Amino acid sequence: MKKDKSEKSERPPAAQSKQLKYASMALSAKYKQKNPGGFYAWPMGLWFTIFFIVPLAIIVAYSFMKRDVYGGVIHQFSLSAYKQMFTPAYGMIFLRTLWISLISTIVTIAISLPCGYAMARSKHQTLFLILIIVPFWTNSLIRIFAWMNILGDNGLINQAFAGIANLWNKIIGNSGYVYSPKKFMYTQGTVILVSIYMYLPYAILPIFTAVDRFDFSLLEAARDLGATKPQSMFKILIPGIKSGLVSAIIFTFIPIFGAYTVPLLVGGKDSYMLGNIIVDQVQKVRNWPLAAAFSMVLTVVSTAGVMWMLMSNKNEATLKKVSTKEDTSASNVSTDSSEGAK
Amino acid sequence: MKSNPFLVFKHNKRVSEPAKHAKRSWKKRNTPFSLSKTVLILTLLFLFVPLFVIIAYSFNSSKDTSFTGFSMIWYKKLFFDSTPLWTSLFNSLFIAITASLVATILGTLAAIGVSWYKFAGKTYIQTISFLPMVLPEVIMGVSMLIFFSGIKLPLGLFTIFAAHTTFCLPFVFLMVSARIDEFDYSIIEASHDLGANEVQTLFRVIIPAIMPGIMSGFMMSITMSLEDYVITSLVSGPGSTTLPLYVYSMIRFGVSPVINSLSCIMILATCLLAFFLRKGLKGFAAAK
Repeated sequence: MKKDKSEKSERPPAAQSKQLKYASMALSAKYKQKNPGGFYAWPMGLWFTIFFIVPLAIIVAYSFMKRDVYGGVIHQFSLSAYKQMFTPAYGMIFLRTLWISLISTIVTIAISLPCGYAMARSKHQTLFLILIIVPFWTNSLIRIFAWMNILGDNGLINQAFAGIANLWNKIIGNSGYVYSPKKFMYTQGTVILVSIYMYLPYAILPIFTAVDRFDFSLLEAARDLGATKPQSMFKILIPGIKSGLVSAIIFTFIPIFGAYTVPLLVGGKDSYMLGNIIVDQVQKVRNWPLAAAFSMVLTVVSTAGVMWMLMSNKNEATLKKVSTKEDTSASNVSTDSSEGAK
Repeated sequence: MKSNPFLVFKHNKRVSEPAKHAKRSWKKRNTPFSLSKTVLILTLLFLFVPLFVIIAYSFNSSKDTSFTGFSMIWYKKLFFDSTPLWTSLFNSLFIAITASLVATILGTLAAIGVSWYKFAGKTYIQTISFLPMVLPEVIMGVSMLIFFSGIKLPLGLFTIFAAHTTFCLPFVFLMVSARIDEFDYSIIEASHDLGANEVQTLFRVIIPAIMPGIMSGFMMSITMSLEDYVITSLVSGPGSTTLPLYVYSMIRFGVSPVINSLSCIMILATCLLAFFLRKGLKGFAAAK
């Protein structure tokens, strides 16, 4: 199986290998002529063009137009939406969105790294995968609702504290202390907590996959050469799982950056985010150019993130290729990872 | 052995050289206490506590969040007194199945074409099949809403279907591509050499070979379609309420504990699904 894979990765692309395999040029020409690749792939290409590229292009165009009073736009070039966007109030929301998504991403990754590592090292991988995926597949609204039950004014935590306060009063006689419920809901902290909760599986899964494919004999070698365990972790393991780490960061940061439901349901005034502006501008205020301009911001940030992800994958793939050429004995591992990176 | 923060309880007695080596080796798994395992257990608790809370509340007889006693009334209400909920569930299932079918067919064909052939526009298709997966949902929803209202298409089941197909497609494409990567183009050459035409090759060789990839793409599409709220809420119209939209309105306006019993059933369904698909989960994690 492994051998087969490594052979395959060294094979030239399909078209060339055909020519190699078929000595007869005529036969090869026949296949080229009847190449059905376009027939296979273009139905999806057309679907995406109509339902994804065209709508995105409209958004880009609308962001440079003037708003019409009842929704829609006046077809006339204008930068008014962008001018409107660069006001301190909107700047604050942008910075807040950035702050919430950065802090949530950092915490999520800090939790996911040891989790992914422990899962990959465990004998019970499938069990842990099921346990990670069940909350991940559970409807997101229901998970948010669960947190509302836990953190609400009359929620589980407040009830528990009230119970403890009552008990305390009973033990030491009536001290006159009455527990007043703490406000957890509709704050920025709750938005961050619930965001971390929602996107933990998104970060754990790619890190798990990367660690699972990592060659642990490298760690043993590092230890044998005198590295301490933390040293070997940070200098060998983390660089080794870089592409998984980057996709974990992307799959956490981008959705939180564009979050809509979490701040809507558990957030208050101090956690109104870019996603909420966009939807409100489209549905309530009906200022489409402004919504389009904000969408452009989100799109640019996400695209930058994706570029970073692709670049790190590519770097890793080329690195692996070089190492395969130099050291064929390590080909098993590197082929596996480069296939993953592809 | 040097001081090791990952091992909190150390054995202090003297050990032989080979035993030391075995202990250092990462293959050794029965370390008494490891930080990463502890974090994993705590994280799993963190992930599951809200689900357990929902399940516990679903058996609570009170209407608010204080526990007053065990009761099944919310289940009774869910099954016998929630017609709009069931209508929305049927809408959801209808859209999930149709959108996933279309996405699976288009995505599978495209994966075959892109993995094995060179043709005009290949890079374009590869790029755009990747983008919807990484753009925030809000962008996709808003751009589709503006697009549909631009071409005067009334919002309703069809627009939801179109949107769902669009966001399911990349995942089908990715999962089928991953499966195709395990095969060599030579299986097609062999089929052609043995006299099969393109259609025969497709149905008798390619599709049976990549069936696991197709199935996992399809299942993934179903779950994603059933779960989506953001995009659906933007492109839905009157009379096309799906289950997540209904759940949202239950959460937002007038919380009824019926939602707890519904959630409990959905959580159990998810557990069962994950259990039955346990063999494919690793591939799923990799595709993510």
